[in-house]
Amino acid sequence: MGKNLLEKVWESHAVRELPTGQTQLFIGLHLIHEVTSPQAFEALRERGLRVRRPDRTFATVDHIVPTHTHARPFEDGLAEQMMSAIERNCREFGVPLFGLGDRRQGVVHVVGPELGLTQPGMTIACGDSHTSTHGAFGAIAFGIGTSQVRDVLATQCLAMDRLRVRRVCVGGALGPGVYAKDVILAIIRRLGVKGGVGFAYEFAGEVIERLAMEERMTICNMSIEGGARVGYINPDETTFEYLRGRPFAPGGAVGSDRDRARWDSAVAWWRTRASDAGARYDDEVTFDGGAIRPHVTWGINPGQSVDVGEALPDAASVAADERASVVEALEFMDFRGGARIAGTRIDVAFIGSCTNGRISDLREAARVARGRRVASHVKALVVPGSQAVRAAAEAEGLDEVFRAAGFDWRGAGCSMCLAMNPDKLVGRQVCASSSNRNFKGRQGSPTGRTLLMSPAMVAAAAVAGEVIDVREFLAEPAAV
Amino acid sequence: MSATTSEIRRVEGRGIPVRGDDIDTDRIIPARFLRCVTFAGIGEHAFADDRQQAGGKHPFDRKEFAGASVLVVNANFGCGSSREHAPQSLVGWGVRAVLGESFAEIFFGNCVALGVPCLTLAADDIERIQDALEADPTARIVVDVDDCSVGVGTRKYRGTLADGVRRALASGVWDSLALLLADPAEVDRVASALPYVGWSAVV
Repeated sequence: MGKNLLEKVWESHAVRELPTGQTQLFIGLHLIHEVTSPQAFEALRERGLRVRRPDRTFATVDHIVPTHTHARPFEDGLAEQMMSAIERNCREFGVPLFGLGDRRQGVVHVVGPELGLTQPGMTIACGDSHTSTHGAFGAIAFGIGTSQVRDVLATQCLAMDRLRVRRVCVGGALGPGVYAKDVILAIIRRLGVKGGVGFAYEFAGEVIERLAMEERMTICNMSIEGGARVGYINPDETTFEYLRGRPFAPGGAVGSDRDRARWDSAVAWWRTRASDAGARYDDEVTFDGGAIRPHVTWGINPGQSVDVGEALPDAASVAADERASVVEALEFMDFRGGARIAGTRIDVAFIGSCTNGRISDLREAARVARGRRVASHVKALVVPGSQAVRAAAEAEGLDEVFRAAGFDWRGAGCSMCLAMNPDKLVGRQVCASSSNRNFKGRQGSPTGRTLLMSPAMVAAAAVAGEVIDVREFLAEPAAV
Repeated sequence: MSATTSEIRRVEGRGIPVRGDDIDTDRIIPARFLRCVTFAGIGEHAFADDRQQAGGKHPFDRKEFAGASVLVVNANFGCGSSREHAPQSLVGWGVRAVLGESFAEIFFGNCVALGVPCLTLAADDIERIQDALEADPTARIVVDVDDCSVGVGTRKYRGTLADGVRRALASGVWDSLALLLADPAEVDRVASALPYVGWSAVV
């Protein structure tokens, strides 16, 4: 019988079975950032340990980085302290750091792939739940806590329980104005925010196969919002083409014959990592991609979403076990069951994050923003996921499109996705956001409200001043 | 993070119910409290925003629950961000064990790494225990990790905990670092068999 990708990666990285029954798993790539690593480095110091594989460990800074200025010291003394800590830790332990002055700096899940560090068949760990992003390349990638960051730093291994695999097949074709973000929101809505606990999600089917790498990353990124710590997509020609010539990809720029031979042997190995045709799965579900419409969340977890044209659920219409959650969410959001999400007035529009802060996201948002103006009551900001994304966008003139429309054009960082930096909601503001979590307080104001949607939908909401179906804008280009 | 581990076979104390499904780690510890380089003092910020909004009525602020050590929650507790600051803040507040209908995976693993058992119980039983604690906050709870049982007053409930985790806690090897450090040669053997480990990186 054939094997799925998870089985192959697991078996090739298993060091031994631990007395606890868990597997000691070798970690091929360890990505670190400033928030979840300082206590781990401190633990190494306390025990006199070194970083076992500094050659397989890379650091960047993203969560606390201000996006309006990179001037040091930061105004926030605590942020400055964290920044200094990661600089010192990387220096002392010999870990490469893509720091503030480095053009490779950015959100860790944007930087890993764009540098070619993320590759098929690897195990990848990072002290951040959105590490599942890297599964888009056919890696097994997952978020870990700080004790586990310590474990990987010291041993390049983790003690892990084997995951089951659910194949999530999205067939058909997406309609215009429907994006990867809508697909994953639709999946989480149906399978639930805890439906994926204990599973890795293998995303497959015609829709997934046709997605570009950046869109695949959006899908895998939000696996964790469905409870699945790991989400992956089998590597294929799209994956290899994305990786070719990236700085850390095998063969690098693929100039010499030797480079080409390296590249070819890498691709040959990567092909063997994909799930076999006869692979076994613990569960399989299917979605019709053609039926997916632009989605918007209305509640306080990413499973609480509706089509943009759909009415919100009310307490009477949902199953008894969901009732308390629906009532709590409607009350927090100050929404009425039965009302439509379209037409909801917004105060802030945020385009960015490890979910949707890549160049293709900015291009789609710019398509909507071009020749239009942000509504006068809306504060709108575009935060590129990395300095490289920012540079690429500027080379295409996207910054000018956004600025002309009235968006703030910022530096790379996590920004308003989690508000550990100066970008925050205030009071009861409603934010149309291309990020990944609409939890209470997530965007920095304990009472702030988040509506998750695709970057194009955020741009449309910014212009309209309220939630609107982006397909209305795409059908009717603005007069430039 | 402690440098030594000990056997965790039994947690005994008073309980504290925090009701609601899908309580995420942003709610357990809002991101602004992650601006730190140690976990010292993080316990006082557990549920900071929920508590502020509850105006003193959140269980973590009710004096009858002060000093409790067994947290009793509902479904999918600890979903969202992988921040270990969440269980660290609960431990800092005084929590030593958690009982719930279900837990998010990363949160669960982070708790194990801190020696905090998270037992899963049937939804009805969780509600009964929460009700019992509301009625009598002085009730003693005994969490027996060895046989996965929970005693509340005179009543006994069955819980579940994955065998590996139960063994790890009960035998004092829940801090996995020592286990992972044990066999470096075998780690090197696995690494050298992976083609990509040999592909040189261009720094």
